[in-house]
Amino acid sequence: MGNLKLENVSKAFGALTVLHDINLAIEDGKFVVFVGPSGCGKSTLLRIIAGLEDISAGGIEIGGRDVVQLSPAERKIAMVFQSYALYPHMSVRKNLAFGLENLRFKRSEIDARIMEAARMLAIEPYLDRKPRQLSGGQRQRVAIGRAIVRNPDIFLFDEPLSNLDAALRVQTRAEITRLHREIKTTMIYVTHDQVEAMTMADQIVVLNGGRIEQVGSPLELFDNPRNLFVAGFLGSPRMNMLKGKVAAIGEAGVTIDAGFGSPLTAEIDPASTKMGQAVLAGVRPAHFTLADKGLPFIAQYYESLGTETYVYGTLEGQTEQIIIHRTGHFAPGTGERLFITPAAGRMHVFDPETGLALPRAVEQRSVAHEHA
Amino acid sequence: MSAGLNPIAFVTRTRRQGRIDITDVLSWVWLIGGTLAVLIPVVWAGLSSLKPAAEITRFPPTFLPRAAVQQTVPGYEAPLSLWKVTIDGQQREMAMVRRIGLKAQMVDPKQPGPPVSVDVRDMSAVQRLTVATENYSDPLTRFDFLTFLKNSVFVTFVATLLTLIVNALAAFALSKYRFRGEKAIFVLIISTLMIPLTVVMVPAYLVVVGVGLVDNLWGIIIPTVASPTGVFLLRQYMLTIPDELIEAARVDAASEFRIFWRIILPLTAPALAVLAIFSVLWRWNDFLWPLIVLSSRDNFTLQVGLNAFQGEFSVQWHYILAMTFLSLLPVTLVFLFLQKYITTGIAGTGMK
Repeated sequence: MGNLKLENVSKAFGALTVLHDINLAIEDGKFVVFVGPSGCGKSTLLRIIAGLEDISAGGIEIGGRDVVQLSPAERKIAMVFQSYALYPHMSVRKNLAFGLENLRFKRSEIDARIMEAARMLAIEPYLDRKPRQLSGGQRQRVAIGRAIVRNPDIFLFDEPLSNLDAALRVQTRAEITRLHREIKTTMIYVTHDQVEAMTMADQIVVLNGGRIEQVGSPLELFDNPRNLFVAGFLGSPRMNMLKGKVAAIGEAGVTIDAGFGSPLTAEIDPASTKMGQAVLAGVRPAHFTLADKGLPFIAQYYESLGTETYVYGTLEGQTEQIIIHRTGHFAPGTGERLFITPAAGRMHVFDPETGLALPRAVEQRSVAHEHA
Repeated sequence: MSAGLNPIAFVTRTRRQGRIDITDVLSWVWLIGGTLAVLIPVVWAGLSSLKPAAEITRFPPTFLPRAAVQQTVPGYEAPLSLWKVTIDGQQREMAMVRRIGLKAQMVDPKQPGPPVSVDVRDMSAVQRLTVATENYSDPLTRFDFLTFLKNSVFVTFVATLLTLIVNALAAFALSKYRFRGEKAIFVLIISTLMIPLTVVMVPAYLVVVGVGLVDNLWGIIIPTVASPTGVFLLRQYMLTIPDELIEAARVDAASEFRIFWRIILPLTAPALAVLAIFSVLWRWNDFLWPLIVLSSRDNFTLQVGLNAFQGEFSVQWHYILAMTFLSLLPVTLVFLFLQKYITTGIAGTGMK
């Protein structure tokens, strides 16, 4: 069974600790994406699960078995490497067969599994070619095929799309998702690309500086980031942060004064804050709407993508960049003043000292979910 | 440049189109001179190995193997040598019976009559192109040359095979495993490159005596198997093999030895070929160490055996040349088969 449990896993290279006390449970059959900036420890965590790195402390269970002392093969995992790591001197067929031969499978069983994997990945025509005779996308499939034939409990992918060009990346992304739907095996996928994370995952694990920042479904993380890091990391362009103070606390929410005489209302739990507290109000570019009055926004330049436009500028008299999103064509002049206001229920409030999000009022959270 | 595809245009091209530059002349002189300098000794040795013993030391030296022609003449027991003789302004071929001072006594081989006296200044030897195959057949049949050859082949083959395996194992450990003292061990191995054989000859011989391998072919195989050059060459090459391949093999349930045998060794083939060529050359041409260790004729290698033709009073050049030429062949063959690996080995791996 492909469920995975990490308990207080730590990893240090000499004096440098790269993973701090990681706790994570992954259910069987899920597609889980580890995402984070480079150096956050996501690849190390994957290699620890694979058994390619020892852990300094903690426990790992796969399918209820303690696997800390087991070799990669005994853990019943298969891994797709960033460079694919195909054996260059062996044909595709031999590449696929190598793992099964090592496990002393019968010849007929090996052939059957290779044919099935080749059919699933449409690599039958290349079975007798060497890896160097294949294109990047074909090599990628062979690498996945080598993982499939082993019929593992867990698939591990280490940034498998980073060597492909943009168009192929989108296509392969869809193929991996389809593959997961077909074989329903647990997959753990490491990437630094938040688009891959958002589009592929059942569950995203955001890592930063060797710690798990948040675990949840893509939209949970998007709608309710637990802290400033997750809020800033997921979503492109990034979330805007407005400095303000709690000006009033009411039954339904809290009023935040961000200046300009236009108070903002946030549906957060009134008990979590107090009057006069300094806060950061986070609003995604798409959640600003133009209004007759509101925050004065001075446009500096814009990027038109055809179906949507991002306008970059600042609030009047401030220096922090603010980005707003408009659908369709939109062409403000440089220095043009617009009034913007956050969409109702779409504002996140953070405590700038701890970096944590202030909890939402309970009934509002469920509303936000339905909107999503 | 499509002209580069045409061999004639390729060979005759000059530095500046349409005229011959000094660099063209110099490069041709250099190339031709270099080719001759390398080729002439080999060709001369090859041709001389076909000459009868007396012809090799003849002055002025000849290039082609020629020998005096001899003929049996009725009435004379031993075959007589043929000479061109001018008698009364007429050129004739006659056989020499004996020579006394400046006169020689000749008979006509077709109509043997009483010998005629001829002035030696009026005669010259009749020579024909002959091939002295006995230079090859004698050592191979009469003197144990086949035994020497067999010993040399055995030593070269086994020592090269062991050299490849042992050095590849050491290089694998030094390039792909992290362990305490790894750097120190590598430096230690490399530093032995600076110790010449002559320095360690006596202690090495004492060790060979100690383990009872004196006058045994294993006594010249085993001490040469571990070579710092080999370890260095293979380690540097193995460092270029990505670690991810080894990790992939580990995930694929391969044992460490299987990773070595199925992944590392095939990918190190170009470097192994280079080392194999070196090892074959070293072992085949090795003279000093076999000379010290081997004492009975049955165990001699080719190089030590060749030395036996060099006596205290006479040197049998015709046999030495023939056998030297014969001993060049295996090395040349090995080189022919493995040479493409040398170029790929030097040009880098090109692995992606």
